[in-house]
Amino acid sequence: MKLTNLTALNEARAAGKSVLLFSDVERGAETLTIDGEGSGDIEITTALKEAGEKAHNEDRGRLVEIDNKRIFIQVFNPARRIVIVGAVHIAQPLVPMARLAGYAVTIVDPRGAWATPERFPDIEIDRRWPDEALEALEPDSRTAIVTLTHDPKLDDPALTVALRSDAFYIGALGGKKTAGKRVARLTEAGFGPADFARIRGPVGLDIGAISPAEIAVSIVGQITETLHRPERAAA
Amino acid sequence: MTDTQMLDHDDVLERAAAWKEGGDAVALATVVSTWGSSPRQVGSRLAIKGDGAFIGSVSGGCIEGAVVEEALSAIEDGNTRVLEFGVTDEMAWEVGLACGGEISIFVERLD
Repeated sequence: MKLTNLTALNEARAAGKSVLLFSDVERGAETLTIDGEGSGDIEITTALKEAGEKAHNEDRGRLVEIDNKRIFIQVFNPARRIVIVGAVHIAQPLVPMARLAGYAVTIVDPRGAWATPERFPDIEIDRRWPDEALEALEPDSRTAIVTLTHDPKLDDPALTVALRSDAFYIGALGGKKTAGKRVARLTEAGFGPADFARIRGPVGLDIGAISPAEIAVSIVGQITETLHRPERAAA
Repeated sequence: MTDTQMLDHDDVLERAAAWKEGGDAVALATVVSTWGSSPRQVGSRLAIKGDGAFIGSVSGGCIEGAVVEEALSAIEDGNTRVLEFGVTDEMAWEVGLACGGEISIFVERLD
């Protein structure tokens, strides 16, 4: 590998870009594509481009045999994100757990009394109203959104933006009664059954979690399941 | 605000670039395919320096020694290599890994 390519790769990763590295494992040639723009010694043919897109979408590298070459495709996607709405007690253990699982974590809470540095020493909190914050954060198919405030005037605006996004996971704290009222409010806002089916509530896997840390485990577990076993998560 | 701390615990590629920029000879070894219960996934890697020092991992520890040797040869001759390993039950047991599995590793010199 050329040092110039490695340097370009490292800079692109640091800038949060999506990178693919194609390496000819027999000849040593390589091509780097950064956000789809390619440069290098391997010509990106249609077949190679398709294989690259598949690897990118599945977030998994692979060795392919294309055009009589053995090409190793490596995927460097930016970290998946978890946006937590509500700087509540559950969020405190959830932040380090989510980070350990590889996520970039954002907390949104406009309420100053909750969002204090004492409670959240190593993360900056987005103090905007949840709909404004979420719109600015542009949730995509690599984003999970968890609402924990238990307060409709904060959770609802967050869910409204979440449901209009491609977020791969939407979880909302609250039992059946809360969920029922939420459905009524969101129906009035124009959402339907297909939207409600996307909201995981009560949030987290059913593992009998009681303490905030246990609930955080159940949430990280459910997000993991949605990511890797979507068919089971939907059942 | 989204935090920007390094999420990836493994900054092997950063270190490899720094070594090379500092004047060291460097090779990279990357897992390109796995079969069965290999301990590390595709994309796991080692960076190896000319003096044999390395960081990262491509297994739970049972094949790193052999990979480093091949990497030092790649540093010498500049040729790429694809190494195939079968992680036998016996070896796997010794280092406390899940049993069985096969792994292919791409070795290249950083130029």
